[in-house]
Amino acid sequence: MDTRPDSGHVLSADRPGRFGPYGGRYVPEALIAALDELDREYTAARQDPAFTAELDHLLTTYTGRPTPVTEAARFGAEAAGGARVLLKREDLNHTGSHKINNVLGQALLTKRIGKPRVIAETGAGQHGVATATAAALMGLECVIYMGEEDTRRQALNVARMRLLGATVVPVTTGSRTLKDAINEALRDWVTNVETTNYVFGTVAGPHPFPTLVRDLQRVIGVEARQQVLDLTGRLPDAVAACVGGGSNAIGIFHAFVDDADVALYGFEAGGDGVATGRHAATITAGSPGVLHGARSYLLQDEMGQTIESHSISAGLDYPGVGPEHAWLKDTGRATYEPVDDADAMEAFRLLCRTEGIIPAIESSHALAGARRLGERLGPDATILVNLSGRGDKDVDTAAKWFGLMSESGEVQA
Amino acid sequence: MTTSVAFEKARAEGRAALVGYLPAGYPSVDGSIAALRAMIDAGVDIVEVGLPYSDPLIDGPVIQTAVDAALRAGTTTTDVLRVVEAVAATGAPAVVMSYWNPLDRYGAQAFARDLAAAGGSGVITPDLTPDADDSWIPAAREHGLDTVFLVAPSSTDERIAMTTAACRGFVYATSVMGVTGTREQVGDAAAGLVGRTRATTDLPVAVGLGVSNATQAAEIAAFADGVVVGSAFVRRLLDAADPAAGVASVAELAADLAGGVRKR
Repeated sequence: MDTRPDSGHVLSADRPGRFGPYGGRYVPEALIAALDELDREYTAARQDPAFTAELDHLLTTYTGRPTPVTEAARFGAEAAGGARVLLKREDLNHTGSHKINNVLGQALLTKRIGKPRVIAETGAGQHGVATATAAALMGLECVIYMGEEDTRRQALNVARMRLLGATVVPVTTGSRTLKDAINEALRDWVTNVETTNYVFGTVAGPHPFPTLVRDLQRVIGVEARQQVLDLTGRLPDAVAACVGGGSNAIGIFHAFVDDADVALYGFEAGGDGVATGRHAATITAGSPGVLHGARSYLLQDEMGQTIESHSISAGLDYPGVGPEHAWLKDTGRATYEPVDDADAMEAFRLLCRTEGIIPAIESSHALAGARRLGERLGPDATILVNLSGRGDKDVDTAAKWFGLMSESGEVQA
Repeated sequence: MTTSVAFEKARAEGRAALVGYLPAGYPSVDGSIAALRAMIDAGVDIVEVGLPYSDPLIDGPVIQTAVDAALRAGTTTTDVLRVVEAVAATGAPAVVMSYWNPLDRYGAQAFARDLAAAGGSGVITPDLTPDADDSWIPAAREHGLDTVFLVAPSSTDERIAMTTAACRGFVYATSVMGVTGTREQVGDAAAGLVGRTRATTDLPVAVGLGVSNATQAAEIAAFADGVVVGSAFVRRLLDAADPAAGVASVAELAADLAGGVRKR
């Protein structure tokens, strides 16, 4: 684990867990003791050489880190305005996405605290699969909350979690997606907090989660920054990542925050198009408020009721976003733009055809953003893209999108 | 009447105060007014008017069902204030129970002003602890509203002291770790928590979560200043064949519980 201190201008010193006006802890009193315990244990663990050594060992021998940086030469030439496109291959992690980086750290923390049970929410299922994996590895009981709509979209991941020994609870309240899965997980946690640790999947939620998850995902950018330097002799002009809750984006951004010449771009899910209202572009189209324990941007109506999000990508289908992203947006350090479903799927197709890599639909939003940046910045530019996950779980959705398979799942002649 | 006067009155009668919750807007805005008024007529001392919210993370399925329906029917924050006004007009204190984001969105100052103008006594904030945000307490103080924060079995003594110092009107002690909903057992944790809370404050301490019948109410009334009942009332409305039957059923439960808090 990278234990360098936080970048000074990002975390505000006067109030723990605040990023400018964002972040904080808006939770029932019943959860405060558990959040304090997690914060305390994490602070101790990150300074404990035995803990960091165990995590580093797992990241190397179990996950397969460091993940490589792959030059996507054909994609850059044919699909991104001739720009030099470099892919940080988080898709090559064990379990297929960056989520495992965070989960191994939090599962080790759970053992350190001495709780026998973990719970987690999941959207696309990647965080659920990663949590179920770590729970199996460390002998923890595991319950995953997943919106019923998402269990349908990501049926393969539901099966994976169950194979790994986890209990998957389909959530039937509200929009039946990630937002409601988090509500149910929080309800479980407030009830079972004595025996249970909540392994939160993204850089949202109450303090310490945005900081804890960010620190555990920082490894992506720390590796990638050096790899790009080694490969090209200089820093990239731009870094692109998709943003739902924002963990893979913070993970790759953070090591570059102090590199003023490196532009940081977060690509949100534009769904059917921001103008249609059916999207998950929280920073682009939302406003500041409180959801799931933290102040940040969210999609809400004039009464402060959360508005349901929409995206072809279950992992980005969330009406909130991590508070550090809200602050990076307000300070102008990072730029956030929407990518709609059609553009994401076109980038998905192009990466398959030009590089032989099937990306996750989530990550395809970053690839679509990189295409846009390539057109803007031109052939001299180097763009680092966080390929946060692989697309095996999305083959069904993609096959239907491209007409390779009927809605009922029959392969077209 | 203020909440303090209502607690004093109950204390003078040698009993605990009965606090009843229903969300505004279920089964309709007028329907919730009728049910809350019936509750008061049948012996509830203080009412909690719930402000429906899309993500009620410490509410169980019963309250979730009712607030979802209230939101689908288009209940607004302005409707909630109308319910408070209609209920407070009976003379019984009415406090709003609300998650933080709808109040934040309305504006802490504006909400405090409009709630006070509607005759509301204060606000219970289940997901806002006193140290979470700087805007609510000054706004509530300026408009003379009760700030009712929660203490939980997991709270440290230090946090209980910090919380009760920020409370006005009364303190809300959650009897068990968990979400709202009726329970067979309301837990031994409650008595211990009330004792730890009393050690830090002279404010009345009301106990909520899980209470559904007169026996449980009497059990809690033996050691607390107030007994809060929510889901059991909401359940009466959900199960009713029509709104009038729901109001009658709520009144019946209120009378039963009012007997309970007098049996300590």
